[in-house]
Amino acid sequence: MAKDQHKEKGKVFSRRALMMAGGQAMLMSALAGRLYYLQVIHSDEYSMMADENRMNLRLLPPLRGRIVDRFGTEIASNRHNYRVILIPEQTGSIEATLDALARYVPAETIDRERVLKDAARKRSFVPIPVVDNLTWDQFARINVNAPDLPGIQMDVGSTRDYPYGKLFAHIVGYVGAVSEKDLQNQEYDPLLELPEFRIGKSGVEKYYDRTLRGKAGLSRLEANAYGRVIRELNREEGIPGNDAVLTIDKQLQEFAVRRMGEESAAAVVMDIHSGDILSMVSVPSFDPNNFASGISSADWKELVENPKRPLGNKAIAGQYPPGSTFKMIVALAALESGVVTAGHQVFCGGHTQLGKHRFHCWKRGGHGKLGMEDAISQSCDIYFYDIARKVGVDKIAEMAHRFGLGEKLGIDILGERAGLIPTKAWKQAVQGVSWQLGETYNTGIGQGYVLTTPLQLAVMTARLANGGKKVNPRLIRSVTGETLEGAVLPRAEEEAANRDIGISQSALKTVLSGMNKVMNGPRGTARAAKIEVEGWEMAGKTGTAQVRRISRKERIEGVRKSDEKPWEERDHALFVGYAPYNDPRYAVSVIVEHGGSGSSTAAPIARDLLQETLRLDPLRRPSYDIAIRRPAGGGDV
Amino acid sequence: MYRELGAKNVQIPFSRKIWDINWGFVLLICATASVGFLMLYSAANGNLEPWASRQMIRFGAGLALMFMVALVDIRIWLNLAYPLYAVALLLLGAVEVMGVIGMGARRWIDLGPFQLQPSEVMKIALILALARYFHSLGLEDVRRIRWLVPPLLMVLVPAGLVLRQPDLGTALMLIAGAGIVFFVAGVRLWKFALVVGTAIPAGFFAFQFLHEYQKKRVLTFLNPENDPLGAGYHILQSKIALGSGGVFGKGLLNGTQSHLNYLPEMRTDFIFSMLAEEFGMVGGLLLFALYILLIAYGYAIAYRSRNHFGKLLAIGMTGIFFLYIFINVAMVMGMVPVVGVPLPLISYGGTAMLTLMISFGLVMSVYIHRDIDIPGKR
Repeated sequence: MAKDQHKEKGKVFSRRALMMAGGQAMLMSALAGRLYYLQVIHSDEYSMMADENRMNLRLLPPLRGRIVDRFGTEIASNRHNYRVILIPEQTGSIEATLDALARYVPAETIDRERVLKDAARKRSFVPIPVVDNLTWDQFARINVNAPDLPGIQMDVGSTRDYPYGKLFAHIVGYVGAVSEKDLQNQEYDPLLELPEFRIGKSGVEKYYDRTLRGKAGLSRLEANAYGRVIRELNREEGIPGNDAVLTIDKQLQEFAVRRMGEESAAAVVMDIHSGDILSMVSVPSFDPNNFASGISSADWKELVENPKRPLGNKAIAGQYPPGSTFKMIVALAALESGVVTAGHQVFCGGHTQLGKHRFHCWKRGGHGKLGMEDAISQSCDIYFYDIARKVGVDKIAEMAHRFGLGEKLGIDILGERAGLIPTKAWKQAVQGVSWQLGETYNTGIGQGYVLTTPLQLAVMTARLANGGKKVNPRLIRSVTGETLEGAVLPRAEEEAANRDIGISQSALKTVLSGMNKVMNGPRGTARAAKIEVEGWEMAGKTGTAQVRRISRKERIEGVRKSDEKPWEERDHALFVGYAPYNDPRYAVSVIVEHGGSGSSTAAPIARDLLQETLRLDPLRRPSYDIAIRRPAGGGDV
Repeated sequence: MYRELGAKNVQIPFSRKIWDINWGFVLLICATASVGFLMLYSAANGNLEPWASRQMIRFGAGLALMFMVALVDIRIWLNLAYPLYAVALLLLGAVEVMGVIGMGARRWIDLGPFQLQPSEVMKIALILALARYFHSLGLEDVRRIRWLVPPLLMVLVPAGLVLRQPDLGTALMLIAGAGIVFFVAGVRLWKFALVVGTAIPAGFFAFQFLHEYQKKRVLTFLNPENDPLGAGYHILQSKIALGSGGVFGKGLLNGTQSHLNYLPEMRTDFIFSMLAEEFGMVGGLLLFALYILLIAYGYAIAYRSRNHFGKLLAIGMTGIFFLYIFINVAMVMGMVPVVGVPLPLISYGGTAMLTLMISFGLVMSVYIHRDIDIPGKR
């Protein structure tokens, strides 16, 4: 009985054990199935996820392209930035290492608080920048003493450098940290998210930013779960930015800035055929290096509050009444519309009456009877009141536009302003009042509503001197290397320069002859400032722009001389000219804010600029870009 | 001789015992443990220090302990079953009072030189006690409900204490291990159905009383990708490790998930993921094969035992061994919740290793004393 039960127990056990073995076999198969599911069917997905886990991409910022002048002198380049960084986990104590470091660099350059705060916030293997912009001496000393400085590492970064500082500030501009606005306005480039990345903020640096920027390289790193980099898996080198070759001649620019001295002034020298700007000056200026490394608030305040506005580029953004430099336009408008001929004569008695208003000539006694060439050379206002009245303001405006006035010329830096050339329709539209004849008189002598920029005046002069060709200004001659995506290419010189603006040669000849007499005629307003060198003789036109109307009271009491007035009330002095007269190559425009008269202040500067230009003669010297490869797509952007 | 006699009170000579040790079984255990050493060597980036060497020492000690246990007469184990269970229960009670708190739970008793984890002791003691209980019960009695009350209490009291620590994984393990013994002892299948049928609603009810972290584990299990950086991170990273290993693996020391620390707990609970990352599906299946052989040995030993106590003990121990493997591997593959169960013989850790070696020792004792007939008392 007991034995039976014992046997029965064994049978039940065996049956149950078999069932259990079956159950376990099923579960084991489920595990194997799951293994197959994960490791065979979905292996690719998980492999990708594993790679995503471990691979860290790091952008390698490309070296920013240089900016050189037309002969290859570096205007903007990249300088080594010697830095010290600290790796907290390698220090015994961060404090002790910083103390030791203070023996080699001035203690005040180490921002202890920030370093300690950064170290506390980040993982201990993350490098923390401590000091940068070290001198080579300091850098070398720290390097030699590295064993005493646990956790200190030396690093060589790159900083934008402007070796000529103020000289090119308005042309080249500067670079700065990427702002929120830059991120919104720009096409996305992952480089912009690098905290140390700098982009062009103004000038050529900004306009040609994509060209100069280059293409980022990529480093694939393997990192662990805590973000520590284990090794570099591979590296794809970036493409350095293109070098940009300016049209500027550094030597001429240097001379021009020195010649302008302490004035608040602007000048443009350009090639009348290609439109190359050889020099563009706006003084006073500022040092772009201050911006690259972060400007102090005191320096910034000083720049902003300076009445001579060092931050603005007066050459393209300063708008001034052209004064008598506008008279060529009026003369051409009159000649081309046929209302007068070159032989038209007017008697100047010092003033002319229009209704109740009396319009004065700058020469109180009057010029007597004179023709067009003399009217230009002696800048007789009465003559131009007369022909302006005959031709009408709209024809004048039309002629002004043909010479590039009243519109943006598309120079390749930002901030250019259009100036203003008034018409009857314009006044009606803007002021809702109809045009007055007296305003035509004022327009005839480049006063009233007329506003121009020094750049426009230089282009106007170039178009006069080149026989009426539609030359346009440009600052960049070429860029080096292959064309990167998004790159901006310099404007081609040929196309525009060959387009005729449709001025008859006879009319041009009359005006140019008048401009010649300004300098070289016996009664020319700027005869004192002529070029004496044979074969280099220049032609030009003075201009004096009133900042404030001369009141009747002042006329009665005697007009005060310009230099007797407070600075900000003095007239602007202007001059436009070109040289050599017989074989024109260079045009110049000069404006000296509150400089008094064009003949006394602006003309000598213009003369010196032209003479120096002819002496250097940049157009006759081989330029840097002949040696470099031209961009692949040609230059027709 | 004694074997033919099925004799009572027969003592087996020591030399005979040594001869009767199942050396194939021992070899399999050593082979499996060596896989563990290899993985710990890899976990230390190709160093024996600090884990592999320590694990080897523990294994060596465990091996010695295993032989000692194996050589003790099975009847002594039978007699010790209830006292051992009583001691384990007392210790579990003591944890309530004087346990050391670690990782949010009270699990250890500090005994000076080492720490004792009574729940581990209970795993062995419970199987022993149940084996003894059912050994002495006639088949008719097994099928009567009133004779099931004592063994049920023997399970539920310690399980309740362990749950209070709180250690859900071990509590479930005790219940499952006991269930295996109940099952092979011949408890009617409908009773199991009844228990499972009531346990599921009870489980939902009990869920309300779980600790927040335990609830989260269960919920995360249901959809780990929901929370890839939080609680689901472990499972996801483990699955990535497994999946990226592919068929042949990335090679020893080349597992990116494990060596770059994306895989959590890779020396302990997630060591299988590391193995499957470095050796692929082939490596995983080979380990399965080792385990299956070990389990098969367990079944064979149970089959060969002439006494019911030995049969129940061998199956109970083998069953727990299987449960550990299944739960751990299923966990790292995202099939069951993360309950914190080590992979037997492979995972780094001393207590689990010793418990396991003792249970192997008991299974071996069953083998050595397979022909001794022990009559049930009733």
